[in-house]
Amino acid sequence: MSTRRIRVLIGKPGLDGHDRGAKIVATALRDAGMEVVYTGLHQTPEMIAEVAVQEDVDVVGLSILSGAHLSLFPRVRKELLARDMGHVVLTGGGIIPAEDVASLEQQGYAKLFGPGTRTEDIATWIQAEMQRRWSDEGAAR
Amino acid sequence: MTKQAKRGPVSSTSSADPRALWEAELAAARLRGAEFSTVSQSPLQALYGPAEAPLDYERDLGYPGQFPFTRGVHPTMYRGRLWTMRQFAGFGSAQQTNERFKYLLGLGQTGLSTAFDFPTLMGYDSDHAFAEGEVGQVGVAISSLEDMQRLMDGIPMAEVSTSMTINGPAPILLAFYIACGERQGVDPRELRGTVQNDILKEFQAQHAWLVPPIPALRMITDVMGYCAERVPQWNTISISGYHIREAGSTAAQELAFTLANGMEYVRRGVAAGLNVDDFAPRLSFFFDSHIDFFEEIAKFRAARRIWARKLRDEFGAKDPRSWMVRFHTQTAGVTLTAQQPENNIVRTAFEALAAVLGGTQSLHTNSMDETYALPTEKAVKIALRTQQLIAEETEVANVIDPLAGSYFVEAETSRLEQEALATFAEIERRGGVVACIDSGWIQKEIHRSAVLYQRAVELRRKKIVGVNCYEEPDGDATPLELHRIDASVETDQRARLADLRRRRDGARARRELEAIRAACRSRENLLARFVAAAHADCTLGEIADVLRQEFGIYKEPKIL
Repeated sequence: MSTRRIRVLIGKPGLDGHDRGAKIVATALRDAGMEVVYTGLHQTPEMIAEVAVQEDVDVVGLSILSGAHLSLFPRVRKELLARDMGHVVLTGGGIIPAEDVASLEQQGYAKLFGPGTRTEDIATWIQAEMQRRWSDEGAAR
Repeated sequence: MTKQAKRGPVSSTSSADPRALWEAELAAARLRGAEFSTVSQSPLQALYGPAEAPLDYERDLGYPGQFPFTRGVHPTMYRGRLWTMRQFAGFGSAQQTNERFKYLLGLGQTGLSTAFDFPTLMGYDSDHAFAEGEVGQVGVAISSLEDMQRLMDGIPMAEVSTSMTINGPAPILLAFYIACGERQGVDPRELRGTVQNDILKEFQAQHAWLVPPIPALRMITDVMGYCAERVPQWNTISISGYHIREAGSTAAQELAFTLANGMEYVRRGVAAGLNVDDFAPRLSFFFDSHIDFFEEIAKFRAARRIWARKLRDEFGAKDPRSWMVRFHTQTAGVTLTAQQPENNIVRTAFEALAAVLGGTQSLHTNSMDETYALPTEKAVKIALRTQQLIAEETEVANVIDPLAGSYFVEAETSRLEQEALATFAEIERRGGVVACIDSGWIQKEIHRSAVLYQRAVELRRKKIVGVNCYEEPDGDATPLELHRIDASVETDQRARLADLRRRRDGARARRELEAIRAACRSRENLLARFVAAAHADCTLGEIADVLRQEFGIYKEPKIL
């Protein structure tokens, strides 16, 4: 079992100013022992991908409550792939209708969380996902 | 404690003090929990009596329409006129929102309230790169005077009052509205409505800013000065606690930060050479109505009392209208749940009732489907009907400030007042509101409260039906029909802007933009320049670009 601390980037893409959820999740993941970088507001997909590279994160979690998720989530993924960051776990949350969640989960987002989610459940999910990936990597070696 | 209360009525069965007897019974009993508190986690007693509400009636309550306005700002309150039913609406194109406005007016709504999309809120045109994917999503896209004309098409601007939730670029959107009125043949003196224009809470909570605090405050005093002379019925700021609360603050913090912001605007207006009584009567307020019924009612009452005392006794305002907190209320979006969304109708009804019992001047009720998307017509109709039901069926609007004199409500009113005064002193100690924004102190305080509340919910100390109690396995499946914004809104809007830029007198537009640049560097009133620029078909983004170039871009302090 890996003892490396999980590194997470919490990002706010687009012009959306709602950051209560993003900051609560960032705080909760930090409390759960992860290293968390929060981008702050009004980030372009390029800016988020750049920070992900610089901080060498394992997980990118995006928060959008502005309805622009179908445009912004795929663009962040594209920018990450362009920077050879295809290995990061992509997740996120916000005000996202169920059918859009399904669509984004088909486009490379491992899981999206909706309103009312317990922060503990997000932390547990990320830990399990990272353990799974790290043990897959170990097996591959 | 009064003599009467101390002794209490003599018990026929026991010689013990009845209060001591009751306290002993309570202490011995098995209760639902160890601690009881408001939704803001302020401790509550089991019972309130005269000792907890030591009031001087004339000093602390008075009469409706009289200082300190605890009981309401109008002598008649809802016997004279009901509150304005004002549903916040805006999505897609100006034409789509215009249709929603007409639908709402047709249902008996009495005022308009405009929601703008994020590009508009941040001062970017719909064809800016930052706008990609965001046009028309959370509100209507308005990039030009022509867009404003489409928004108000067929709506008599001299008769309807319009509220616009816009802050950083508020003076520019107000200029579009004034110019639009002029094109409809309406004198600016006849226009009634509100621009939110409350930039301080943007830095603290809502985060749609344009330029840094000091130049932003200068534009606000320009709006106050211009409107005092030329648009006298316009509310130049709606000092808003709503977003502070939605960002996670407690009721007491919402009250304190909002009124502290209000006092900062008053100081800036006075420092800019305005007479307090020339602009303070046009300041209005906007509060959240959260789910804790009594705490909210007390908050509204406390807001009136605090402001009246501050304006009269500290700022020396002489006009009683300067002392009044006139306010709009919106039910709390954060209390809506994605789980079992029909329950949101009930939550909204309780919150709306609290706002009415708290004496609001206007009200927006949220729709049940807003944790998924913007509301459908059906959901909006139920939300509006909720207000109409309170107004017409419950008979609560017949008696003014009906909860006054409740020991509990009066004790909570005083408690919130005291907490707000303590926070004012803390802000003062930290160098004032702007210094507290620059240091991130207010933002951190709000975040801290949000975290404490989230923990309480996750520990099930605070309950949310459908979320941490009475859950249903499929409770968060989306059972509702949702309102979707078509992607064509963005492409159409880009095409319209390109067309406008081709058609207009380019040289005139450039001249007006340069005149704005010059005004930024002098003390000339910027709103006057924006109105001229609106008539020259300068776009929102073009005007905002000049402001960003001249005043700089705001960078939020790192608080996490």
